Amino acid sequence: MTDATLAPTPPADSLFRRNLREFRRNRLAMASVIVVLIFVIMAVAAPLIAPQDPNATDLFRRLQPPAWVQGGDWAYPLGCDALGRDILSRIIYGARISIFIGVAVIILATGVGILAGLAAGYFRGWVDVVIGRVVDILLGFPYLIFAIGLMAMMGPGLMNIVLALAYKEWVIPCRVVRGETLAVRELEYVEAARALGAGPRHIMWREILPNILSPVIVVSTIRMANVIILEASLSFLGLGVQPPTASWGSMVSDGRAFILEAWWVSTFPGLAILLLVLAINVASQGLRDAFDPRFSE
Amino acid sequence: MSLGKLLERIIQLVPVLLGVSLIVFVMLALTPGDPVQIMVGEQAITAEQEAELRRDLGLDRPLVERFFLFVANAVQFDFGQSYYHGRPVADVIAERLPATIELSLVALIVALATAIPLGVLAAIRKNSIFDRMATVGSLLGVSLPGFWFGILLIMLFAVHLQILPVSGRIGYASEVLTVTGFLLIDTLLAGDIAAFGEALRYLLLPAITLGLPMTAILMRVTRTSMLEVMRQDYITFAEAKGLPRRRVLYRHALKNALIPTVSVAAIETGSLLGGNMIVETVFGWPGLGRLVVESIFLRNYPLVQAAVLLYAVTYVLLNFIADILYTVLNPRVKL
Repeated sequence: MTDATLAPTPPADSLFRRNLREFRRNRLAMASVIVVLIFVIMAVAAPLIAPQDPNATDLFRRLQPPAWVQGGDWAYPLGCDALGRDILSRIIYGARISIFIGVAVIILATGVGILAGLAAGYFRGWVDVVIGRVVDILLGFPYLIFAIGLMAMMGPGLMNIVLALAYKEWVIPCRVVRGETLAVRELEYVEAARALGAGPRHIMWREILPNILSPVIVVSTIRMANVIILEASLSFLGLGVQPPTASWGSMVSDGRAFILEAWWVSTFPGLAILLLVLAINVASQGLRDAFDPRFSE
Repeated sequence: MSLGKLLERIIQLVPVLLGVSLIVFVMLALTPGDPVQIMVGEQAITAEQEAELRRDLGLDRPLVERFFLFVANAVQFDFGQSYYHGRPVADVIAERLPATIELSLVALIVALATAIPLGVLAAIRKNSIFDRMATVGSLLGVSLPGFWFGILLIMLFAVHLQILPVSGRIGYASEVLTVTGFLLIDTLLAGDIAAFGEALRYLLLPAITLGLPMTAILMRVTRTSMLEVMRQDYITFAEAKGLPRRRVLYRHALKNALIPTVSVAAIETGSLLGGNMIVETVFGWPGLGRLVVESIFLRNYPLVQAAVLLYAVTYVLLNFIADILYTVLNPRVKL
């Protein structure tokens, strides 16, 4: 029995394509996708786009206001922070941190979640019990507190943030995958594959997974917005990426001391977080409406 | 729900709580840095003194034994000494706890008081401009980073308009005798209305910041469940009977529509716990959340450990209560 005969052949107008068309018709969601793409391009091409070196300090430009305010300078469009560093350039470089951590955590968590969820839902029995217990215990922690505890233990650093967030994040795709697997494993086409002599690995990866991927992707995109806020929160508390690396959360924190005289230092990086997170949220709602309409209102 | 079922659910909590304790214990055990070194700091001590300290702290025993000792002590609220304060961790936490609970409760009240009317209104006027604005508002509410929103509120109301205080818990002017530690209650007990108002002024911005994501979520839940209920046959029937629409909506529909709101509120109260650390840091609120953040930087690990455990246990219990509430309010759901 070769894989080719078992693999489902999609009809000419597959469900996926129909859903994609549906998604494209959602103008607000498409606009949000474009906003997200702009942020991604900004992150990737940061050295080409940023007007200044993000870490270059210039004490003569300490707390220099945005260009359109008196005392501003168009070479530093959004003004400068307390060390005279260009805020726009730091926001552009900060996008790298936010997007990298968002993507890395979600990929890691979704990978682990799929493995654990498939195993729990397919094998059931003690595998399900063990994974279920671990999930219950991890769900016993408020997310940010769990991450803060881990960061205190591991110390700051980019990879440590990814790990601290992924340690708990995988629980969410795991529960989705487990639930879907339980529902799908008894369906006729899975029965048919089993009757044809396919092994568990083939059934899990080739028969079940492709058919439950939509909700997993939808949940992952929704979660990414959350992960980005969590990273910014850790950085805000000083437990995230360490200075002088620019991260949006720590930029907002830096500006706190100057809210009386320099509103721009905190305001613009926060606005960047809001824009990116909002765009991801709107886009993922559009995805959900198109690909997984069960949960739509 | 029968008593037996309830007992069964309570027993199911035990492995979760043990697992949570194990993770918290391991977190501290794996934290780099020798606790004795951190405690002693720059002071010079002899090897004997160090060995004695190590014995006192139980650090010379095997890890498994230390874990069970940790759980046994935790059950008795004994979390050891706070390195920094030189007092029992439990005392330091107990001192800070009322401020955090007060802030969380007020945030919860603010969230419920705004979310339910807005959600109901959005459902009644489905697809109206108000409904759309509410949708946009709730999207903004879940997308706004709390620490930034707090700073914006400070800039607007404290710096620019100067109508609310920037940070802290109460002005130095009002000296109130501490009875419960909850300033809103203590000021009322003292009969000091001015101080009560002052305490409320300090609470307002942090409570709004903390409650914002919850408001957004609860509003969506209320709207969805209200719409769901309004589609039910018994509502159509009540309207067909000629009952006034107002009465149908508030007497018949709202009562059932609030079931999901209440249980989601219980779950979301747990998420306020995490938000506390952020909000208390932004507003200089002297609660447990800020204490934990400060303690991390002071490497005051016993306190961090105790607080994380306390937060997690509270969270587990809140989720448990949410489950039970959902069953009690909605007899069709079987546990």
